[in-house]
Amino acid sequence: MSDEMDFEEGGTVKKFMFVNRKAPYGTIYALEGLEVVLISAAFDQDVSLAFVDDGVFQLVKGQKTDGVEMKNFSPTYRALEGYDIEKLYVDRESLEARGLTEDDLLVDVQVMSAAEMGDMMAQQDVLISF
Amino acid sequence: MLHIVNKSPFDTGSLASVLRVAKKDGGAVLLIEDGVYAAVKSSATEASLKAAGMPVYVLQADADARGLQSKLMEGVNMVDYGGFVDLVAGHDNVQSWL
Repeated sequence: MSDEMDFEEGGTVKKFMFVNRKAPYGTIYALEGLEVVLISAAFDQDVSLAFVDDGVFQLVKGQKTDGVEMKNFSPTYRALEGYDIEKLYVDRESLEARGLTEDDLLVDVQVMSAAEMGDMMAQQDVLISF
Repeated sequence: MLHIVNKSPFDTGSLASVLRVAKKDGGAVLLIEDGVYAAVKSSATEASLKAAGMPVYVLQADADARGLQSKLMEGVNMVDYGGFVDLVAGHDNVQSWL
C-alpha cells in the first residue's frame, strides 16, 4: 500500500517542522504559517515549530494591534498546546541580537543554540518554511 | 529630507543604507512597520541608531502592534499618525527606502 494510504489511515507519523523566520505584521507569512500549523494538528503528526531570525518577534508579549487595524494573532500561539503542539524551539542568537530574552515571550519555549537547532532540523522528515 | 524605513534591520539593509548614505544636515529618520524593530533597546542595531546623527522617530501604532511599548531605546521620538503627517509636511522632501 502507498504511503498516502498509510497517512490516511493514520499509520505513518512523520516529523514535521515549521520554520518561522519572519516578523508578524510586516508580511503575511507569519499568520499564514500559523494557519497551516493549526491545519496540521488535524493530521496527528509529530509537529514542531522553530523560531529563527525575525521569526522570534512573533512570540513577543504585549502585542496590541488596535492602532494598525490588523488582527492580533499572537494569542493563538498560546492555544497550540490545546492542539498537542508543544514543541516550540527558539534560536538563542536570534533573541539576543534583537534585545530579547525568554521572559519577553508569551509562551513556554525551548531556547537553544544554533547547533542544537541544526540537530533538531536534521531529525525532521519534512520542513516547511514561512 | 525625511527618510522612511519600513523593513526590519535584521532582514534587509534598508536602515544601514539610510545611515550610510543620508545627508545628516536637515535629515530625519522615521521608522514604521517592521522598521520599528531597529529601535529595540539592547538590540544589535541600537548603537547604529544612536550614532545616526539625525532625529529618529518611531510610529507608535506599529511599535504597539509588535509588543514593543516598553522595549524601545532612549532618545527616539514617538509619533502618532498625525505626527507622521506633520513630519512629512515639515520636511522639504521624503524618501521611502523600500
